[in-house]
Amino acid sequence: MTVTNNAPSGPSPDVAGAGTDVEVAVDLITVVVDGVEMRVPKGTLAIRAAEQLGIEVPRFCDHPLLDPVAACRACLIEVEGMPKPQPACAQVLSDGMEVRTQYSSEVARVAQEGVMEFLLLNHPLDCPVCDKGGECPLQNQAMSVGRPESRFTGAKREFEKPINVSAQVLLDRERCVSCARCTRFAEQIAGDPMIELLERGAKQQVGTAADEPFDSYFSGNTVQICPVGALTSASYRFRSRPFDLVSVPTACEHCASGCSLRTDYRRGVVTRRLAWDDPDVNEEWNCDKGRFAFAYLNQGRIESPMIREHGSLRVASWPEAIDAAARGLATARGSVGVLVGGRSTVEDAYAYSRFARTALATDHIDFRARQGSAEEAAFLSSKVAGAPVSAAYDDLESAPAVLLVSLEPEDESPIVFLRLRKAARAGTQVLSVGATATRSLGKMSGRLVSARPGDEANALRSLDDETRALLGQPGAVILVGERIAGSVGAASAVLELARETGAALAWVPRRSGERGALDAGALAGLLPGGRPLTDEQARRDVAAAWGVEAADLPSEPGLIGADLLEAARDGRLSALVVGGVELADFADPGLAVAAVENADFVVSLENHHSAVTELADVVLPVAVVTEKSGTFVNWEGRPRPFGQVFRDALTMSDARVLAMVAEAMGSSLPADVASIRKEMGALGPWTGARTPAPDTAPGASADGVVIASWRQLLDSGLMQEGEPHLAATARPTVAIVSASMAAALGETVTISGPAGSVTLPVVTGDVLDRVVWVPTNSPGCHIHADLGAVPGTPVQLSAGGAA
Amino acid sequence: MPLTPVITEHWDDPELFTISGYRRHGGYRALESALTRDPDALISLVKDSGLRGRGGAGFPTGLKWSFVPQNDGKPHYLVVNADESEPGACKDIPIMLANPHALVEGVIITSYAIRAKHAFIYIRGEVPEAIRRVANAVREAREAGYLGTDIRGTGFDLDVVVHAGAGAYICGEETALLDSLEGFRGQPRLKPPFPAVAGLYASPTVINNVETICNIPYIVDRGVDWFRQFGTEKSPGFKVFAVSGHVNRPGIYEAPLGITMRELLDYAGGMRDGHQVKFWLPGGSSVPMLTADHLDIPMTYEDMAAAGTMLGTGTPMIFDETVSVVKAVTRWLEFYKHESCGKCTPCREGTYWITGTLEKFEHGHGTEQEVETLVELCGQIMGRSFCALGDAAATPYPAALKYFRDEFVAATTTSADDQFDPVASYVFAGAVAR
Repeated sequence: MTVTNNAPSGPSPDVAGAGTDVEVAVDLITVVVDGVEMRVPKGTLAIRAAEQLGIEVPRFCDHPLLDPVAACRACLIEVEGMPKPQPACAQVLSDGMEVRTQYSSEVARVAQEGVMEFLLLNHPLDCPVCDKGGECPLQNQAMSVGRPESRFTGAKREFEKPINVSAQVLLDRERCVSCARCTRFAEQIAGDPMIELLERGAKQQVGTAADEPFDSYFSGNTVQICPVGALTSASYRFRSRPFDLVSVPTACEHCASGCSLRTDYRRGVVTRRLAWDDPDVNEEWNCDKGRFAFAYLNQGRIESPMIREHGSLRVASWPEAIDAAARGLATARGSVGVLVGGRSTVEDAYAYSRFARTALATDHIDFRARQGSAEEAAFLSSKVAGAPVSAAYDDLESAPAVLLVSLEPEDESPIVFLRLRKAARAGTQVLSVGATATRSLGKMSGRLVSARPGDEANALRSLDDETRALLGQPGAVILVGERIAGSVGAASAVLELARETGAALAWVPRRSGERGALDAGALAGLLPGGRPLTDEQARRDVAAAWGVEAADLPSEPGLIGADLLEAARDGRLSALVVGGVELADFADPGLAVAAVENADFVVSLENHHSAVTELADVVLPVAVVTEKSGTFVNWEGRPRPFGQVFRDALTMSDARVLAMVAEAMGSSLPADVASIRKEMGALGPWTGARTPAPDTAPGASADGVVIASWRQLLDSGLMQEGEPHLAATARPTVAIVSASMAAALGETVTISGPAGSVTLPVVTGDVLDRVVWVPTNSPGCHIHADLGAVPGTPVQLSAGGAA
Repeated sequence: MPLTPVITEHWDDPELFTISGYRRHGGYRALESALTRDPDALISLVKDSGLRGRGGAGFPTGLKWSFVPQNDGKPHYLVVNADESEPGACKDIPIMLANPHALVEGVIITSYAIRAKHAFIYIRGEVPEAIRRVANAVREAREAGYLGTDIRGTGFDLDVVVHAGAGAYICGEETALLDSLEGFRGQPRLKPPFPAVAGLYASPTVINNVETICNIPYIVDRGVDWFRQFGTEKSPGFKVFAVSGHVNRPGIYEAPLGITMRELLDYAGGMRDGHQVKFWLPGGSSVPMLTADHLDIPMTYEDMAAAGTMLGTGTPMIFDETVSVVKAVTRWLEFYKHESCGKCTPCREGTYWITGTLEKFEHGHGTEQEVETLVELCGQIMGRSFCALGDAAATPYPAALKYFRDEFVAATTTSADDQFDPVASYVFAGAVAR
């Protein structure tokens, strides 16, 4: 099994005599490949045309998503009328052109064989200890088109091995065939040209500048597309043989980009994850978090149910724990709050949604384990929940302009970033409303629309005519991030802007489960499919689907966000059901802890020990993504179903556990993914009147120096635990300020907020004056807990470290 | 055939490199005339002259100019390839040292013809004297009003940048030169697009050799008929031949194309006394070698091609019978191995392998099988590499083997130095104590 892409891609062919019903939208030309006449779109490369016929021309440097470089010369073919063999990867076909691959041309066969012999010249024969062995394009193609034996008897070049191009990516230079896939990926796709080919001739090698490692969020892709074993990851190096692995197609649980992945495991342990080919979504890429952050799956797991007895948790049997949970919740029925984590599958979120409304008779439910506002909830309920796809990746690529509001895609949705960068390279104008023009924005050739944190609504309502005109073009898109919840009036202003300009509007949450949870109705006031809880018909539909009386469903919208937590803290709610929530993620972690502490009865469904399990009365362990099947819904609204990797897992999904609790409470829930999908599918999306859109007046930024912040891709997130090589490629924790502020502050700054202070190195950046950017949740700076701050919170700055 | 000094005519004037010296011999007269003409007419003139590129490939210069799309709204560039690095080639650097204003005048006329407002002269960095001379000439031309804005009141603007290379043979390859000029690592670019369409900074660019450009003022000044009276139908004009090797008077001889090596040898004082021609190369190490049997072939693009070689840079290297051809070929391949840029597999790996094998031969090791294998390896590079560097590297060995197979076979058992006393080939051989 080889990992590099050898699959046909690009425009569909129309082989002569077949496929006559193909809609002809592009100029087709007639070409002949190995004697087969075929019609292909103008501009098709010979190597792609050959692929359409199932002919695999050998290749190393060629990659369908990278610009042709024609460096390796492995794909030489004969082109009628040309005196020399031509590289198929760069040969643009013209009408009537006749090409012959190794299957019908001796010239091509001999040329390919010669190149293969040359490629193996300096390549070590260390296949038995090389990670690539068994899935190596060089190995495979040497077998298919190479000579049986090399005639080379000289000494091969040698290099010190391996060298780190980053903490995570290792390079064995002697294995490198100089295909330049990695360097072209870094430059063309990721926009992080931190690796480059150095030196000349046989000494040519990939390298980095001194003290500037390849700390790209996308570095792992270079390991995957390396056609030899030159690039390996520290996390997988020497861990297994590819032919010992079992591969399962999966979906990434880390963010809402929705990457298609391949998870490889051996003996019940995941050994690696790869980006899988999904042209509509992640193409063939993923981010390093999605690739490398999976050690958490096996670490710190809760192994059995627990119940609290005499103040401390003890292991319990499943029946005992289920019974305890059911009894405690039955007592509190009608006065229970439900907190659903942002990485639930849509099926699990649906189970929470139904469990709350039926078994618990409550509408106090919220999936936003983060800063959330009523305005945001109204925005999501009115515009996003259960709505059809408003903008997709393809739309970003073809958009004339894309406006980002409270969204830093490279950190918060990396594949959105890659697609925007691709779009920008083709001419899309990217605009970002915020307080800082990041390096990432520069990689998208983007322009900053300045707004102090808290002033986003005003900025949106006072966009200049030029920007409005850009967004007024057909195909323009507005992307809104989860942080819009922290800016008063911003969501309302975005809705107004979208109405006014006609631009498509899409919400890009950070977490993989948020869109699914929203669609499943895991938000007070909202039933599955975007149905307003207050709508009679909607309640009747849902009641029918759930087999209950509409009158038994809550009809008044429940509490959300801080209101819900305060109610629990103040004893107005007597119980909480918490599924996969980290209390430190809330804007006010102290409030969240107090809520869990003060609730009379807390049931925690968790896979890892956490602050909630510490305080819970009943802890019910649930499955992680590899132990269950399910679906994430990505930001587009596109379902990303995945299968169960470990079929013999002893854990159960949240939905199955909730179903057991419900049953013990005399209620019922569908327990398996198939039933839930069927039930959700039967309900379908709501077509009636939606909940009203918010119309909140613009807020204003606080005076003085305020915080601008978001979560960096690689940070203190719990799902990144156990992978030190990945953590070492994270960006350093720094405070970024304008040049004038940096001059006044010196090398370090102490930032003091309501709850405390942090001291960080100062870095000069393109940041508005009187704004300090810090990461939300990185080592040494957790703004919620350390500062008591959220974006827009005024802080005091003082030069130097705290005394 | 008589010599025809044109570019070299006044090289005996020690002041020729200054603008006053150059003007004394009619310099910049052609420019004054050219600026009154229609640019397209100049392109036609050069086309009609039949001038072919003097850098080695012999591409028709006027045709190259005409490939530049006009009225395309993009800036146009002229880039002069002055990165003379070919082993054995020594003509552009002497031209730049002795007659830099001919280059500058040619640059101005050419830029005017192709509507370029910026021209670049990319000079081999190892020759600071040439860089200084050309930079000085550019400065003088600017002061004289031949460069800058509104040149001679014609509304034509031109600025010339003299750029020093950093010592890579590959940067003489025109697209690698462009990458280098843009500040990147010098490696050849994928074509198409060709430089005439998307060259320097992705804009239409003409890249010409120094000697080619130096022909322009004389063609403009004296006309097509004058130019075509020299040379042949397919190789009109004259050529700066730089003769080196075992001749009595190595040096520069400007003669009509079509002159024979035997005639050039005469001008160069013949082979050093008591020695005969063993092999010679018409233009640099990148063209196949010839032998004493080929001394009467006219030195034209077409006749050299018919003889299985190329005119190349037109800088013949002549070796006498004291030279080990094994050793000569090994030196050349070591050069190509060292200079291979690494981009493509055949050149990068092929030069590594071939050079290693040749070094074995040089020391009397190897097998007869390897003598044959090397031919195949050269075939695996020739026509398969990314750019002409690989082709060049694949050239010396098969050509040498064609005429001197026995020497290579003997080298598998007897070292080159045992076959040929190296001291005998030294110019100062007689002075070396034996």
